[in-house]
Amino acid sequence: MSPLLEVDDLRVHFETEDGLVKAVDGVTFSVDNGKVLGIVGESGSGKSVSMLTVMGLSRAKNARISGAARFDGQDLISASREDLRDLRGNDIAMIFQDPLSSLHPFYKVGRQLVEAIQAHKYSSKAEAKERAIEFLGMVGIPDPRRRFDNYPHEFSGGMRQRAMIAMALINEPRLLIADEPTTALDVTVQAQILDLIARLQNELNMAVVMITHDLGVVAEVTDHIAVMYAGRIVEHADKRDIFRAPEHPYTWGLLQSIPRLDRARDEPLVPIPGRPPSLITLPTGCNFHPRCPYVRPRHREVDPRLEPVPDDPGHRVACLLASDTRRRLWQELAAGKQPEEAREEIVEGGLA
Amino acid sequence: MSEPLVEVRDLVKHFPITSGILIQRQVGAVHAVDGVSFDVMRGETLGIVGETGCGKSTTARLITRLLEPTSGTVHFDGKDISHLKPGQVKPLRKEMQMIFQDPYSSLNPRKTVGSIIGEPFRIHGLKEGKGERKRSVQELMEQVGLNPEHFNRYPHEFSGGQRQRIGVARALALRPKLIIADEPVSALDVSIQAQILNLLRDLQRELGITLVLIAHDLSVVRHMSDRVAVMYLGKIVELADSETLYTQPRHPYTGALLSAVPVPDPELAASRRRQIPGGDVPSPTNPPPACRFHPRCPKVQDLCRTEEPLLSPKDSGALVACHFPLTESEAAERLGTAEHA
Repeated sequence: MSPLLEVDDLRVHFETEDGLVKAVDGVTFSVDNGKVLGIVGESGSGKSVSMLTVMGLSRAKNARISGAARFDGQDLISASREDLRDLRGNDIAMIFQDPLSSLHPFYKVGRQLVEAIQAHKYSSKAEAKERAIEFLGMVGIPDPRRRFDNYPHEFSGGMRQRAMIAMALINEPRLLIADEPTTALDVTVQAQILDLIARLQNELNMAVVMITHDLGVVAEVTDHIAVMYAGRIVEHADKRDIFRAPEHPYTWGLLQSIPRLDRARDEPLVPIPGRPPSLITLPTGCNFHPRCPYVRPRHREVDPRLEPVPDDPGHRVACLLASDTRRRLWQELAAGKQPEEAREEIVEGGLA
Repeated sequence: MSEPLVEVRDLVKHFPITSGILIQRQVGAVHAVDGVSFDVMRGETLGIVGETGCGKSTTARLITRLLEPTSGTVHFDGKDISHLKPGQVKPLRKEMQMIFQDPYSSLNPRKTVGSIIGEPFRIHGLKEGKGERKRSVQELMEQVGLNPEHFNRYPHEFSGGQRQRIGVARALALRPKLIIADEPVSALDVSIQAQILNLLRDLQRELGITLVLIAHDLSVVRHMSDRVAVMYLGKIVELADSETLYTQPRHPYTGALLSAVPVPDPELAASRRRQIPGGDVPSPTNPPPACRFHPRCPKVQDLCRTEEPLLSPKDSGALVACHFPLTESEAAERLGTAEHA
């Protein structure tokens, strides 16, 4: 079976006055029917731009796009605007961080849902209204028949997010792209929304791409995880492997720099030194080398490719350190060693 | 622990809601903070957590006297500051400073970093000699991990994390006894958050500053705080030392918050039983009577609808405002079982 969404060597570069911004620089991944992929990264890592491009939403004049993105075999990069419009809201839906920007403030919530149905499917107004009410109820909006006639400002933040999810799902898409869907919400509301997405994903057997900076969120809802850094995927694996046996120093950095409820309270945070590079003047060699504690001279020249780790074809990593070295490093870090100590012992011990 | 630096008693802040065009009548009030009492001990970090609208930021602004309380008192260093006149507040600012959430809007874009960090000296007429002021500012920059040579640069030339360092340096300038940090890292990327949290912690230990940390991120608060207060709709519902609160939550709302935090560990996440209160937080204009959490509480009984529970000590050692606190096993369910506890 071929994957539902296939992205192959996608590049999105923007020409600006300051130079060429390489927002996405060779990204390859795929999502199967009914599976959830998490894309994790910080601001500017390219996680949103790559999905917006897949949706045909970043066709700015100054954008140079290359590579391929296929949905169910159909190429999205070369598709006409009409074809894309047809796909969006029908087979592919998207939800965003800020529900206020996706709901029109002048129109009643119910009317917007009805419009979403009628834009894609022939349906009478009465039928569409019943379906809209059914979906509002399904996403957990109390008293949906009355709420149908409310304006967005009469909804709380959590309810707006639910209404937006109802709108995205109302045509039962096969792929849902969720871009930081819970970042603006309080934790208890976040938990409600994540549970809701998981339940609907299961009921409708949708594929989901969840874009987030929060490692906790991906641990809860995804099957596979891609970690992005400076426009590229640096590690891609099954969820369990990302948390139990991560292979990329950037992934280690992310895992060790967040305070965690499941660890001892006084466990020190290990920040990643420096900050993400400018996307105009990317570092030579490995993009991560200026911040990597284990950098070797060679890493400043050679560009690592995303390649499978020795005994697991499903786990891919873009790192020039030898596989044995990486595994021993992670063992030491997980046992509480500081990056400098681990480097002295393992990398400078001559293994790399 | 030592004596309290800040003593807050029955603090109330209501914001009036008025209606009418010519004649403004008060038709109601937002009960932002509604009877809150706690101490902040010298040298400790007190964390305040809660969701949007629980009153945590209003509490911070009442302690720093950016707002005047409707009733109740705040004692700082033994002195009642709750109703000082505007002219009397200024000397207080030398003693307490704030760090804000958004490093982009809290720094004047038209001033150099040097003059932003030196501003407190100017306002209070300190370090008058020009060379002296510059030297002090550069020492501060060094202390928070900024390059002192960047003295003449403007805020836009710095990244988010560096700007937050500028905010920290400005707060430290007058060597205050108390710093209140309101969501200091929530606008920053994950890899940068740790840099700022470590900085705050090191500075606090080094300089013996008392810190009040306000945040919605429960993991951040736990990591930084000695004691933690949980707020819900203008009230403190649980107050305990950090370890106790996070391992033996007693208020059902605390339990709900902890079970809702996504943890980066797939197995632990799967082992937890989520207890998320249904519905939304009620409006602070018209909070529910008696226990404010009762309409959403899984353990609600008749008593909760008629009698307000007061903050009182429970078996865990925490102060909890609940008639029917969580049992040991109910708390454990909400936390899940971690292999590496």
